[in-house]
Amino acid sequence: MTNNWIDIKNADVILVMGGNSAEAHPVGFKWVIEAKARNKAKLIVVDPRFNRTAAVADLYVPLRSGTDIAFLGGVINYLLTHDAIHHEYVKAYTNASFIVKEGFSFSEGLFSGYDSDKREYDRSTWEYELGPDGYVLTDETLQHPRCVFQLLKKHFSRYTPDVVCNITGTPKEKFLKACEIIASTAPPNRAMTSMYALGWTNHSVGTQNIRCMAIIQLLLGNIGVSGGGLNALRGHSNIQGLTDLGLLSNGMPGYLTLPAADEQTLDQYLAKRTLKPLRPNQLSYWSNYPKFFVSLMKAVYGPAATKENDWCYRWLPKLDRVDHEYDILRVQDLMAQGKMNGYICQGFNPLQASPNKAKTLAGLSKLKYLVVIDPLATETSAFFENHGEYNPVNPAEIQTEVFRLPSICFAEDEGSLVNSSRWLQWHYRGQDPPGEARTDIQIIAALFLKIRELYQKEGGTFPDPILNLHWPYLVPSEPTPAEIARELNGYALADIKDPQDPNKILVKAGKQLDGFAQLRDDGTTACGCWIYCGCWTEKGNQMARRDTYDPANRGLVPGWAWSWPANRRIQYNRASCDPEGKPWDPKRKVIWWDEKKGMWTGIDVPDYVPTMPPSKGMGPFIMLPEGVGRLFSRGYVKDGPFPEHYEPFESPIGTNPLHPKVVTNPVARLFSEDHKELGDSSKFPYVGTTYRLTELFHYWSKHCLINATLQPQQFVEISERLAKEKGISNGDEVIVTSARGRIRAVAVVTKRLKPLVVNGKVIEHVGIPIHWGFKGLTHKGFPANVLTPCVGDAVTQTPETKAFLVNIERA
Amino acid sequence: MALQSLDIVARSATTLPPPQIRHTEEVAKLIDISKCIGCKACQAACMEWNDLRDEVGINFGSYQNPADLTPASWTLMRFYEVEPDGELEWLIRKDGCMHCAEPGCLEACPSPGAIIKYSNGIVDFVEENCIGCGYCVTGCPFNIPRISKKDNKAYKCTLCSDRVAVGLEPACVKACPTQALVFGTKQAMLEHAAERVAELKERGFKNAGVYDPPGVGGTHVIYVLQHADKPELYELPKDPKISPLVRLWKGITKPLALAAFGLSIVIGFLHYVSVGPNEVKEEKKDTDSNPPA
Repeated sequence: MTNNWIDIKNADVILVMGGNSAEAHPVGFKWVIEAKARNKAKLIVVDPRFNRTAAVADLYVPLRSGTDIAFLGGVINYLLTHDAIHHEYVKAYTNASFIVKEGFSFSEGLFSGYDSDKREYDRSTWEYELGPDGYVLTDETLQHPRCVFQLLKKHFSRYTPDVVCNITGTPKEKFLKACEIIASTAPPNRAMTSMYALGWTNHSVGTQNIRCMAIIQLLLGNIGVSGGGLNALRGHSNIQGLTDLGLLSNGMPGYLTLPAADEQTLDQYLAKRTLKPLRPNQLSYWSNYPKFFVSLMKAVYGPAATKENDWCYRWLPKLDRVDHEYDILRVQDLMAQGKMNGYICQGFNPLQASPNKAKTLAGLSKLKYLVVIDPLATETSAFFENHGEYNPVNPAEIQTEVFRLPSICFAEDEGSLVNSSRWLQWHYRGQDPPGEARTDIQIIAALFLKIRELYQKEGGTFPDPILNLHWPYLVPSEPTPAEIARELNGYALADIKDPQDPNKILVKAGKQLDGFAQLRDDGTTACGCWIYCGCWTEKGNQMARRDTYDPANRGLVPGWAWSWPANRRIQYNRASCDPEGKPWDPKRKVIWWDEKKGMWTGIDVPDYVPTMPPSKGMGPFIMLPEGVGRLFSRGYVKDGPFPEHYEPFESPIGTNPLHPKVVTNPVARLFSEDHKELGDSSKFPYVGTTYRLTELFHYWSKHCLINATLQPQQFVEISERLAKEKGISNGDEVIVTSARGRIRAVAVVTKRLKPLVVNGKVIEHVGIPIHWGFKGLTHKGFPANVLTPCVGDAVTQTPETKAFLVNIERA
Repeated sequence: MALQSLDIVARSATTLPPPQIRHTEEVAKLIDISKCIGCKACQAACMEWNDLRDEVGINFGSYQNPADLTPASWTLMRFYEVEPDGELEWLIRKDGCMHCAEPGCLEACPSPGAIIKYSNGIVDFVEENCIGCGYCVTGCPFNIPRISKKDNKAYKCTLCSDRVAVGLEPACVKACPTQALVFGTKQAMLEHAAERVAELKERGFKNAGVYDPPGVGGTHVIYVLQHADKPELYELPKDPKISPLVRLWKGITKPLALAAFGLSIVIGFLHYVSVGPNEVKEEKKDTDSNPPA
């Protein structure tokens, strides 16, 4: 979240699209109800299904699953054609005035630079035109035909209400009503918050769904302000922490990235990431990348990391291609090809969670060994068991050796969880773990110590990174959560001096750092995750704070837990003020420029240089070299600098009304074997879409009796019209099939799903909740992923599990 | 404010006068349907607090689980898909005991002390006194009590009388994330409900209102409804009253029978006092036996 959960109460309009927060985040949803009750906020829900969030919405707007960009593109067009944008904000705080290189183009569904053999873009034309001083050329009048604003207008001018509704199936008057309410937040005294989750990410255009909303919020001036923002709601209690700590195959802690194969030297690596300002007087905070990186390497390798050996840079794995991440789809594919020997699954249930279960099953069956670290006996850990139609395997044919390492549940140890609000909240052990369960830290430590011992005894091809790993914990087999938290915060390895005054020592050697401004690139600081610097200082564990003091009642609670970065509660909050440093809206003040003191002050930690006067013209988006928000995302998003509507890979209409030659995302991930397993609408005429229910949490809580009672049996949802057509009555058993497999479930026939007219064709959805499996206390069921395809978003490789094709028949 | 007194003011099949020294505020739980997202946290909390574990049932074509109230499910979210003004609405109502001011169950119950009403308004079943006759089921205008097949006793929501007795809110209210459930004095709840109704009217729900039916003397569980003119949309009785059978049994038949029973005693007694015992006197017999001359 750019903002935080409590801040939602300050919104005037709440748009829930690409998520179902009442269903999936019922506790945080209290702030939506609060905004409605106390702030007279309007709640809009845009979703294929009239869901639990819609039950309390002021306006429910249906759309076909997988057409969010068409819808949001239509909103952008509406805002631009109705002049419903926050002009001053757009001019000062976005790249609207930046001039784009000659040669950039978009036609017939493709941006300039497409290579159809490689299925990727040469993105060199998706850049700004630079002047002789090295800075981007701009046109403050926004009239230049190649300025971002004009390109944006041109790109989205195709998204007229008729074109949009023809694609999305949304009744036109409802689409226009939604546009009108969204547009009402363009004035500076009104704010809209956008709440989304996997309903946007689980598409072959997932990243662009979110980009679309970012553009809308920038046009409306809703980023950085209280009650606004672009708010990703995380699905697991600590999935934000996972992302922050870089537990993706191409990431490192604090959103640093692993090197690519063509970055063999540290200089090459740093040069690409240490971004210089693109406009005068901009901060471009990533120019500090070397400080974050060197401090991380000091935390990982300790004394072994020296300036002479480039801080052990050579030991880092290099990705063989930049986009060659070992994400779940690729791992699954390699496994299915028999190219993987072993797999360690920690807190992950891929048999249920990965698309196309048959492929996962085949892959797991080809492994030599599988290690599952989990508090529960998951389906993955029992993939070799025959459970009839639910898991039709022959155990005799599976040679994989499976090790189950029982771990604890979060409440059985102390530690921190990071929530969607970016709060690191410390918690304590609620009870002792049962049986032989060990903490994840103990399990990983035991594995590491054993592997290190083997390297010590037997050597190996590349022992250095293992033998030199810094392991400074008091009891090596049991590092404590506190020790690790202190390491993530970082500490001084030598006295840290004030750069302005070398006689002044900021932090003494051995002490905890106060914040990331103290990080150094000369090896005198160690820090496991730079954005967490400040969470455990010499003042103690900041994450354990529980002060509910809330200045101005804006929900910022600065003394409750600790929010990265720097305990800031609203990111980009400099944008809540006009260029002179005065709040756009005096009612929703967050920070402001105090002329007398010559510094920024307020009720939140300024996301800015604290003493930088507004007159210097530094932009509010200090992480970006432009200093302003990107309406045009340059080459950073692989499938285009502007979002474009592409059909899901399994499209019910089989064409793209905007450009029939380019139907689907031309750079989305699709392996050749998976391509063969795509279906079409002649056999599978209905749109399948998967989702979660409040009563069950993923594939976990079906192991709890109460949750099992509340949602005991697998079901799918269909409209009354489809039920009639197929002769299905409410409560009947049905078979749902896709090109990948079949499931059996109870039919819930509902008014909440309605047929939509798309491109002259009536389109029906089949709603498929995901939660059941062959383990747990509910009735046995099938993972929804029996049906889903292995198609990945172009940027994140997140699978397209929200829009695919199915058929349904009475069982 | 003493919410926690558990003085019993009414007891089934008993006419003893209730204690009158202490004054207690009447309590109420407000269920604001316009704020409910149907998450079932109330159902889970009810099972946790009351140590209830219902069976893992089946899906009968609804989000509603279990399908109905049971002896082990004292509260239940009921889901209604309705189109009162042409637009679809998904109304989600938490069902459970209404804790009537004039409880039909208590009136109907023939077993002394099996159903009691506290001075704070909570109506509680005392299972050890229950004889499983099912009269409370007939007596309830809201179809709430359920007789267990295990022990042949009646069960229903207690409004967490044990928690309220020590100054806590009911478990369902504690668990509700959106404040669709609130708990306090009946007066405070009515005031809060009035604010909510005003807000809903502003949002276009012209017929928003409070459900606190007078036919049962008002209730200690009250609803804020978007369509108070059509409680049937929520499967709530429009004008609930104690069943005429119970009225007949308690109102006319039972008093009549009791009166007849009493009258026979009184007549017998009067006869005894005025006429005296029907003694057989030998001499009178003799006299009597003499035929008239």
